[in-house]
Amino acid sequence: MSRLGIIARRTFLIGSAAVVSGVAFGVYKYRSEGENPLLEDLGTDEAAITPYVKIDANGITLITPRADKGQGAYSIQAALIAEELDVDLDQINVDPGPPSPTYYNTAISSEAVPFKPTDDGFMAESMRTVADAAMKFMGMQITGGSTTVPDGYEKLRQAGAVARETLKAAAHEKTGVHVTRMKTRSGHVILPDGQELSYQSLASIAADIDPVLDVELRAESEWRYIGKPMQRLDIQAKSTGTQNYGIDFELPGMLHATVKLNPHQGGATATNYDAADALSMRGVKGVHPVMNGIAVVADNTWRAFQAADMISANWPKSDMPDTMDRHWQALSDAFNVDQQEIQNRDDGDVEAELAKGDVLTAEYRAPYVAHAPLEPINATVLMTGDRIDIWTGTQIPRFIENSVAKLTGFEHDQIHLHVLMMGGSFGHRLEDYVVRQAVQVAMEYKGTPIKLTYRREEDMMHDYTRQIAMARASGRVENGQVSAMDLGIAMPSVVASQMSRQGISLPGPDAVIVTGACEQPFDVPNYRVTGYRAKPLAPLSSWRSVGASTNAFFHEGMMDELIRAAGADPLVERLRLCSHEPSRKVLEKVGEMSNWGAPVGENRGRGLAFCLSFGVATAEVVDITVTEDGIRIDDVYIAAEVGKVVDPINFDNLVKGGVVYGLGHAMNCEITYTDGIAEQDNFWSHEGMRMNQTPRIHVAGLENGDKIRGIGEPPVPPAAPALANAIFDATGQRLREMPFSKFVDFT
Amino acid sequence: MKIKVDGVQHDVDVEADMPLLWVLRDELNVKGVKYGCGVAACGACTVHIDGVAVRSCQTSVGDVDGAVTTINGLGTPDAMHAVQAAWAEHQVAQCGYCQSGQIMQAASLLSENPEPTDADIDEAMSGNLCRCGTYLRIRAAVKTAAQTMKGA
Ligand code: FES
Ligand code: FES
Repeated sequence: MSRLGIIARRTFLIGSAAVVSGVAFGVYKYRSEGENPLLEDLGTDEAAITPYVKIDANGITLITPRADKGQGAYSIQAALIAEELDVDLDQINVDPGPPSPTYYNTAISSEAVPFKPTDDGFMAESMRTVADAAMKFMGMQITGGSTTVPDGYEKLRQAGAVARETLKAAAHEKTGVHVTRMKTRSGHVILPDGQELSYQSLASIAADIDPVLDVELRAESEWRYIGKPMQRLDIQAKSTGTQNYGIDFELPGMLHATVKLNPHQGGATATNYDAADALSMRGVKGVHPVMNGIAVVADNTWRAFQAADMISANWPKSDMPDTMDRHWQALSDAFNVDQQEIQNRDDGDVEAELAKGDVLTAEYRAPYVAHAPLEPINATVLMTGDRIDIWTGTQIPRFIENSVAKLTGFEHDQIHLHVLMMGGSFGHRLEDYVVRQAVQVAMEYKGTPIKLTYRREEDMMHDYTRQIAMARASGRVENGQVSAMDLGIAMPSVVASQMSRQGISLPGPDAVIVTGACEQPFDVPNYRVTGYRAKPLAPLSSWRSVGASTNAFFHEGMMDELIRAAGADPLVERLRLCSHEPSRKVLEKVGEMSNWGAPVGENRGRGLAFCLSFGVATAEVVDITVTEDGIRIDDVYIAAEVGKVVDPINFDNLVKGGVVYGLGHAMNCEITYTDGIAEQDNFWSHEGMRMNQTPRIHVAGLENGDKIRGIGEPPVPPAAPALANAIFDATGQRLREMPFSKFVDFT
Repeated sequence: MKIKVDGVQHDVDVEADMPLLWVLRDELNVKGVKYGCGVAACGACTVHIDGVAVRSCQTSVGDVDGAVTTINGLGTPDAMHAVQAAWAEHQVAQCGYCQSGQIMQAASLLSENPEPTDADIDEAMSGNLCRCGTYLRIRAAVKTAAQTMKGA
């Protein structure tokens, strides 16, 4: 590791390091003092290599540090490396990287700055403020905030190039042939005489020489993978039932556990419970109080589920309001100066403009919703005297190590976390309670592996949901134009809730409260966005697109109301108000795709919404028909500016999925609590979109920006307001609260 | 209790009311069959009994009166069933967790109705949730599979 000292003053250098029987290439990161208060538990002199490419006796392994929760992260990361390394995608293994400190300790956690906002012009400042709180938190996570692609775009290619050039230098050491006369292809260095040296045969020499750091990345015209349709590496497995997920993990002698949770969300475990019936059931091995509930261990998952039902307990209540009215009241009460959290947009003179009269006001609401990925959360834990192994699908390996260390008193190097494929996440796997509970059980069963699986009911009722949120908006129009828009948004702090469970407090204001509203690229002359922080209610977590998932509904709903009140056209007026070029292009594109302006026909309507989130300007047009059976969504047109579409197929799939996710939850999903007990416990009562409701979705990815962006989240925020605006267009009914199924029927 | 799964006869010692899903997953280690909801709301657990799609979370093992085929028996990565091949061709999967059930549902549909219309596909497939929202690719893959199977 001596070379590290020399480069320590610079960060993000690609280098190499010897590993057992081979060589690894990756990023060096050295943490400088006082860099990020959240990283204080790392020593200031810690430096680590984050290997991206490992060449050893097992072959060529591309280590893809961002977890795959279904978005194809492994494949895209592998393609970025392979583009420079000259390996074929079928020649290589992909490994999410054993989360030993060497792999991500300093390097990934602090490098993973999730989203730098658009750097151009007026938005930079406000976006930075907005992103700041989230960044501090998200920066410690491995996967989140659509960061996989932007983060790896340069670095992964560079790692591939450094590896390639260093392997050529190794070939020079071995043969004396000058590197300029060598080629590389399919995992081999090719000498002028046609002789092929495999990368593996050069690995040990490559580990001994200085890495070639001065590399030039290939021009776009030479790319073989990026921008072209790729075959996802996991597609065969996922088409044949041979992909294993966390829930499928199996060890010899393993026992199956589940938890019966305190039905009051967030409530403590019961000290007073009766498990006699459960314990008498076939296959049941034991019953153990754990965090927030009581675990049952059995020899089969279903037997554990059945036994969990038989436990009766005196569950302590959690400190949540007893009715939904009181949840809403808490939001309503938050609109006051003392609870004002952030006001980072205040253009013109809103007060003066509104004082002119004829003010249009509206109140908007967005409910709690569950993440509900299809694979229920689970974790397998094997604990022995001096070692603990954890297998789970997670987006927060670092936090898990910390919380397990706290729970067990084990040192970090005794904790071995293995990240498994996730059956979806949408933010659900940014929490680690299932791991903590599984560890608590495993502590009682030293030497026996325990797999703890949540029943769907527990998974849904105890989801840490999306924020509940409320907006109060006023605005004014004059001469057929929007002259003022004043948007106040109240919600409890998602970031504070999420961080509190990791024992961290939120430094500074929670900008998520206004994200997706305050930084929108419109030049309304009098324009103000204010965030109010409601007191903590139900525990919250980041839900696909986070603050923007509610705030775009508020912003774009109100914007539509004002534009309609002005008698203007929703697209034309937005374009008039928008001077941010990439956003204009997106709006123009969606107008062109949808043939905006053409008559839509009898009983039909169309709505437009826009949101700039995660640096991606996204516009959606939704077309609907009012039928006898309810509203049918016919077509969705979506254009998004992502800088570069890395894999067109994956892009198309993720965008369509985001639209379905955004529309489905707006249509029919909410979590409501009575006495702190969630009233929706399975997909029948929290359904989302089904195939028969899925519209045609027309997708365009624009490549005008200079930055590359991820696309996992940006399609979600505009979906709900575009649908509400379409319903208004068709029926004259203005929907200001989700889910819309409370007010209209859908086919 | 005797049960035939993917062509292999098994003898399992379980309660008659244990759902087939959990017999497959935990007793026979057939992990391609997925648990999503346990209440017939998602379709992740879909298998065939004598070629017909059923929700294995709602089928007590004691009531199984025919041969069970799971996603792992329908075809393999080396010898994919036409429906699986269509799924790979269209790159349907995101997280992929629902896709075993989707594929089994589609295979059952196509064996009954080789030329399904969009409405037929909606009717047959709408009980299968995909939280990742891959429905449009699923629809396209069903049509491709129908074509291949017609040609075969
Ligand atoms: S697990 Fe059987 S339908 Fe959902
Ligand atoms: S692909 Fe994830 S649930 Fe369908």
